[in-house]
Amino acid sequence: MPKFPFLKNKESENKSKVFIPSRREFLKISTLASGGFLLGVNFQCSGPKGELVTFAPNVYLSIDSDNQVTIIAHRSEMGTGIRTSLPMIVADELGADWSKVKIVQAEGDEEKYGDQNTDGSYSVRMFYEPMRKAGATARHMLIAAAAEKWGINASECATENGQVISTSGKKINFGDLVEGLKDKQIPDATTITLKGFSSYKLIGKDIAIYDNKDIATGKAVFGADVDLPNMQIAVVRRSPVVGAKVISYNDAKAMAVPGVNRVVQIEGAGIPPGLDKPLEGVAVIADNTWAAMKGREALEIEWDLGENQTYSSAKQLDDMLKSTTGNGQVRRERGNFNAARQSAGKVIERTYLAPFYAHATLEPPAAIADFREDGSCEIWAPSQHPQWARQAVADALQMDLDQIKMNVTLLGGGFGRKSKPDFVVEAALLSKSAKSPVRVQWTREDDLHHDFFHAQSAQRIKATLDKNGNFSGWNHHTVFPAIGATASAAELHPSDGELGLGCIDFPFEVPNIRIETHESKAHTRIGWLRSVSNIHHAFAINCMLDEIAETKGMDPVDFILDILPENKDLDFAGEIKGDFSNYGEPLEKFPWNTKRLRGVIEKVVQESDWNKMVSDGKAVGFAVHKSFLTYVACIVEVTNGSNGQIIIPDVHYAVDCGIGVNTDRIRSQFEGGAQFATSLAMSSAITLENGQVQQNNFDGYQIIRMPQSPKKIHVHIIESMEKPTGVGEPPVPPYIPALCNAIYKLTGQRIYQLPIKV
Amino acid sequence: MAKYTIEVNGKSREVDVAPDTPLLWVLRDELNLVGTKYGCGVAQCGACTIHLDGEAVRSCVLPISSIANKKVITIEGLSENGDHPVQKAWDEVDVAQCGYCQAGQVMAAAALLKKNPNPSDEEIASSMTNICRCGTYVRIRQAVHMAAEKGGTLWKG
Ligand code: FES
Ligand code: FES
Repeated sequence: MPKFPFLKNKESENKSKVFIPSRREFLKISTLASGGFLLGVNFQCSGPKGELVTFAPNVYLSIDSDNQVTIIAHRSEMGTGIRTSLPMIVADELGADWSKVKIVQAEGDEEKYGDQNTDGSYSVRMFYEPMRKAGATARHMLIAAAAEKWGINASECATENGQVISTSGKKINFGDLVEGLKDKQIPDATTITLKGFSSYKLIGKDIAIYDNKDIATGKAVFGADVDLPNMQIAVVRRSPVVGAKVISYNDAKAMAVPGVNRVVQIEGAGIPPGLDKPLEGVAVIADNTWAAMKGREALEIEWDLGENQTYSSAKQLDDMLKSTTGNGQVRRERGNFNAARQSAGKVIERTYLAPFYAHATLEPPAAIADFREDGSCEIWAPSQHPQWARQAVADALQMDLDQIKMNVTLLGGGFGRKSKPDFVVEAALLSKSAKSPVRVQWTREDDLHHDFFHAQSAQRIKATLDKNGNFSGWNHHTVFPAIGATASAAELHPSDGELGLGCIDFPFEVPNIRIETHESKAHTRIGWLRSVSNIHHAFAINCMLDEIAETKGMDPVDFILDILPENKDLDFAGEIKGDFSNYGEPLEKFPWNTKRLRGVIEKVVQESDWNKMVSDGKAVGFAVHKSFLTYVACIVEVTNGSNGQIIIPDVHYAVDCGIGVNTDRIRSQFEGGAQFATSLAMSSAITLENGQVQQNNFDGYQIIRMPQSPKKIHVHIIESMEKPTGVGEPPVPPYIPALCNAIYKLTGQRIYQLPIKV
Repeated sequence: MAKYTIEVNGKSREVDVAPDTPLLWVLRDELNLVGTKYGCGVAQCGACTIHLDGEAVRSCVLPISSIANKKVITIEGLSENGDHPVQKAWDEVDVAQCGYCQAGQVMAAAALLKKNPNPSDEEIASSMTNICRCGTYVRIRQAVHMAAEKGGTLWKG
């Protein structure tokens, strides 16, 4: 099975050795002539500071004798705020002065930092505890050192704003304690007491992101912004059809473009294309980006287009839909759906189609590699998964991991695209061949043509009501090319993991359930996009529930509350045929709890005034969906615009993500999630004919802009002391069906296919 | 290749590039002013927005040969200390998510406010057509209003 970040076994939680720091070697006290950074990398070199002593009780944290507290951000920043939110946790436990904390981005190094795969909305979920321990361990040691100095009991001391303070009013800066920590044993993390939630000053609050000012002034460093001496720029013509091979090429005209220095062929993996390999292509390497682009235009390439050259996504979607009329592979079974169907008073049967989607991160992929004469290679890239990128480069260039230094820049959006290291491997291969640093620059056209797309899907749902009108049966057929097919052509059905994304865990009380999948092949690269198959599953399920409610003459919210158990931990035992992944977490640790789902439904109804929201020319739609262990309910309000366009004046979300670490970033993820989902619902679609993507740029693959965007997005966060879960992806799934259900109320038109045409 | 002298952020700069090179790539590749971003190359997204004689323009479709004596201001030159009212509002409202579009958004907002010191929601929406894939539109609007309010005499001058 290929790497599924959202399924990754969480055993690696404490793989990083930093949390078993009882051995002496982890207390690193070093005298540094400059910088003071023991760990990680920094893009701006700091000036000489003189002799500094640094206390670094673990890899995430160091304190210099000049009071500088430095915290390592080891997860990638792509807009979620994680580069702020995790360091904030360390700082809060430490009692640092947050306004003076320096954050340094870690390089990709799994041995050292533990999991850095920034995907699957699990950064906070996985690292809330470890980050608290990292800060608390240092606090504990600083307090012990101060207490010893003052000859008082440690229990009389606390930390605050970068100082240890005592109940009697003594104060000492952290920096002044560093020297004295030289011979101290790092306490076992299990013996450390963590602060209580009520004493946190940062956790649970609205905290601005660390990079705000740099972003507003253009100083923030993204992938393509790193400049190296003698760097050349590469632009690549990649196989127009997945699996196509270069037969021959003529580079005479390309080489004639002033500034073009060389043309190099890149060998692709063929079929299957793989999740971590470059596509077949021909690269033009030049002094500057414009010359490389023009050189590429001038290339003449003869392709063997291969087996996908007749592929049509429209035809495949048609075939996929047809396949759902037959019997599929049963993946979950409760009761006997066929019997329920035979004795039904009413059967409702509907189909739902959704297209391929591209990530279209506003920053197209770009990566810089410097392959050096000594056989080492240094990389700078906007990578969501720097460890995988490092490994993929090592594999492609047959190098040892420790010959590769992997620096992570800010990401101009990720959404799952930049987990795949294909573009990073390209940069490394081309640098080696050009014998100079190379930046590989993807254009927008490259990005849309050669993405790892969210799979198109066909679904058929049959719901039965018995003779008394009770909801008695649910039969859900789902078919879409699996992510796994990109790595192995043998994968023809969605994986257990993909079904675990909002399909197999249908939580409602209905005596007969049958969930089936059908075969489909991948003819292009399939990947994961913000909330993955939750997107199409939530769409179909919530639209169908709305129709069942209507058939029963019930308010959709009342209907859903009616069929949702009061307070039950669901385990689907004996019903699911394969594994239920629960996003890689054991159910004992993160139960599937129906009361929490009810909680967000009740909250969103109450806050939005659902019952009163409908007035002339306005309509509201509702949907609820749990994903990535976070419970979300959504209400979307729509009105008719002057030119028949749909206007979205208000969106209400209720979210239960356990403890809310940075509440401002929770809200911003929901605000952005609603906008992202509006594009998926209303304007974006990728189609392929003759194996080739038909959309070239933002004129063809449309992203909503301000005039079409939801005007107000209200985010109601449930106060909770449950373990924190992520919020990057969960806003997307329920929004689309809530919008569809609202549009139905406004126009009388049910939505069965995305993007919506009204 | 040809030599051009252009005025960028108040300084005269000389570059030797192909005449059809878009200003965006001159700024990024030749002058190392990388705050201006590439997002589409076809005037669709606005990531590359700069000011040309005070007007917000998309530099990815602006050949260097067409600049002549016009004054170019990039995000790096919008204010000396990063304290332009629009930049301050962006910081205060916590607009950014990934941040990639935001230099272009800030430049578009600053040019809008120069012309229209107190724009309505509709006016903001119709003139700020930059794409934000992260979806920060609600806060962009909020920050433009805040900058309008706090910009004071700046917009009149
Ligand atoms: S890069 Fe110029 S408008 Fe997109
Ligand atoms: S903040 Fe990411 S594109 Fe706008």
